[in-house]
Amino acid sequence: MSAVLLHEAVGSVHAAIATDVIDFDSHRLFSNFWALTVEGLSYGAIYALVAVGYTLVYGVLRLINFAHSEIFMLGMFGQYAVLWGMGFLPRGNAYDEGIALTVMYIGIAMLGGMLVSGGAAVGLERVAYRPLRKRGAPSLTFLITAIGASFVLQEFVHFVLPLLTDHKFGGLNAQQPIRLVQETTVFTFFGADVTNVDLVIVVAALVLAFAVDRFVNATKFGRGIRAVAQDPVTATLMGVSRERIIMLTFLVGGLLAGAAATLYTLKIPNAVIYSGGFILGIKAFAAAVLGGIGNLRGALLGGLLLGVMELYGQAYFGPQWRDVVAFVVLVLVLLVRPTGILGESLGRARA
Amino acid sequence: MRRSLTTVAVAAALASTLVVAGCSSKDDSGGGGGGATGGSTGGSSALSIQPLVQIDNTGKEVAASDASGAADPAGDGSAKCSDVSLAMAGALTGGNAALGLNIYNGAKLAVDEHNKANADCQVTLKKFDTEGDPQKATQVAPTIVSDKTVLGLLGPAFSGETKATGGIFKQAGLLSATASATNPGLTTNGWSNFFRGLGNDNSQGAAIAKYMTDTLGYKKVCVVADNQDYSVGLADVVTKTLGSAADKDCAASVKQGDTDFSATVQIVKSAQADAVYYAGYYQEAAPFVSQLRSSGVTLPFISDDGTNDPEFVKQAGDASKDAYLTCPCGPAPSDFATKYQASAGKAPGVYSVEAYDLVTIMLKAIDSGVTDRADMVKFFAGYDGQGVAKHYKWDSSGELASTTTWVYQVK
Repeated sequence: MSAVLLHEAVGSVHAAIATDVIDFDSHRLFSNFWALTVEGLSYGAIYALVAVGYTLVYGVLRLINFAHSEIFMLGMFGQYAVLWGMGFLPRGNAYDEGIALTVMYIGIAMLGGMLVSGGAAVGLERVAYRPLRKRGAPSLTFLITAIGASFVLQEFVHFVLPLLTDHKFGGLNAQQPIRLVQETTVFTFFGADVTNVDLVIVVAALVLAFAVDRFVNATKFGRGIRAVAQDPVTATLMGVSRERIIMLTFLVGGLLAGAAATLYTLKIPNAVIYSGGFILGIKAFAAAVLGGIGNLRGALLGGLLLGVMELYGQAYFGPQWRDVVAFVVLVLVLLVRPTGILGESLGRARA
Repeated sequence: MRRSLTTVAVAAALASTLVVAGCSSKDDSGGGGGGATGGSTGGSSALSIQPLVQIDNTGKEVAASDASGAADPAGDGSAKCSDVSLAMAGALTGGNAALGLNIYNGAKLAVDEHNKANADCQVTLKKFDTEGDPQKATQVAPTIVSDKTVLGLLGPAFSGETKATGGIFKQAGLLSATASATNPGLTTNGWSNFFRGLGNDNSQGAAIAKYMTDTLGYKKVCVVADNQDYSVGLADVVTKTLGSAADKDCAASVKQGDTDFSATVQIVKSAQADAVYYAGYYQEAAPFVSQLRSSGVTLPFISDDGTNDPEFVKQAGDASKDAYLTCPCGPAPSDFATKYQASAGKAPGVYSVEAYDLVTIMLKAIDSGVTDRADMVKFFAGYDGQGVAKHYKWDSSGELASTTTWVYQVK
């Protein structure tokens, strides 16, 4: 009872200071704490998967591949097209195919999304970055090219794709959703509803993250990636093909972005739109920097942390402060640890 | 590792081909794979936005106006005029073209009816495409003004372009009658040539707020808005009119282009409110209402004319069921709808009726012997008559003397 009174007293003081611009609502934060945590983790898992793409490419090429957000967007369209191809016409309601079939369909859609994203990432590298590398362009040129490529891909889906597909895909409006899963609460955890979609996202993301971590740290190709990241010249002298490693890096980043895109559309079926990758890509980039860009585990940690902080911040300051919270967290962490939480380390011997 | 990835990819491609070959559409199969969902499929495809009730600014129900006494563009068939034209300006191409075409087709229907009945008075309707863009509109406006045969302008269609070009039309003394620009500020510029054929955002907001508290009996409403001018203004009016029924704790502001509303949903969910009001457009409203419903929030959802679009129902499916949507625009009466269908080849849309009515008034002016722009403006200022959608009579600022708001519901 007294807590309520206290809250009201504090609330009125804050209201007097801040009126409507900013909320400072600690009651809203703490009463929903676990629900926000669950939601935050599932968004964070998606940020983390996309962040891996930024971090791997940065580790190997010292290039911030801003077009990665569009690779993610293409992945959303890829899985959408695969679902359509399997006979799921878009409609407002969820399909109900039973658990086994649904999991299979989502699996196929995810593979489709991964192939589209992976292919697009490798293609992007071929078309946009390789010619520059051959001519020894300075890194600023790469950065501008990345931003340009990002616009090209967006506008391709915005204007060209609808013409190629008889206005089925792309264009100005979001795609009409194809929902395979109706989000339902599986269990409740300290008053927070954990839904089937949240569970699938977090579990799938952890599995994929673990697989990539093993791939980079425990396979021959992974050793190649780390070698090129550490010292490209020596790696080449040791018989590692730099070009192949770069291609592989883009492929892995793209595949994960495609998987993340599928998971994201499970959560938000309406998100399939040409501009849908932009903000999410920036957040994922922030997550990569937060954890320490170039550091694989850092990207995962950064993604989860950013997802959770963002939701806490929204509850405390009000939803309009969402993006501000994400970037203020980033700035604060970088002030204390300029190389991110775990530091830049893909190139180090122990990645 | 590489090889196994390739193998998986090939396997997936094969599997998907098999699946595609094995089963065709899962949506309309009825007895096939989607048998279990057959019922809900039928429900979803049947959902549409239906007119519910017309209310005034205090939220009280107003009987739908009687369209039988409406002004007829055909007149008595004896009008004489020569070399006169009317202009229509709005988005005819681009993302918002649907709205502009609704307006153009309504206007065209009126002009065609007039010309068919009056052999000695053939009025030309000239269309000018602004793409809904204030910058483009400022380039188009001088062309309209310099065409001396143009006696009246229907438009501009959107608030932004109207704001940008109002000065040009005022200077030329050209009648500017809009069928769709609802920003309240437009009538405060002293443009004596500007007339609005429908209620503005203030009247819409006030009307629905009163309707929510008085008729629907909500005691606690969460007002959520996006960050666009239109939405912020509307949310402001709604919040003020709701008074103590607007719950500050669950009021939230989202951003244009957002698709993920998890924090807002949590805030609404824990608020124990009676309803959620959303000020904004369908692009954000559809995912918002979907996410509300999937996290178990069953509160009534009320929104505005930005959401009042078939696309909202298409995107949100069953989640949009029972949502209340308002619009200052009225539904088309059935005989108007038949005529419009025959003329335009599709069903009348938002603002078609208003466009038809406004052009009819312009045509009546021409038939009564108006031959210059100043007299056209005077005719509008003194006009008092019934149209298909509503009664038209303007106050000195160019607002309708009495405005009504239609409440629609997704059913």
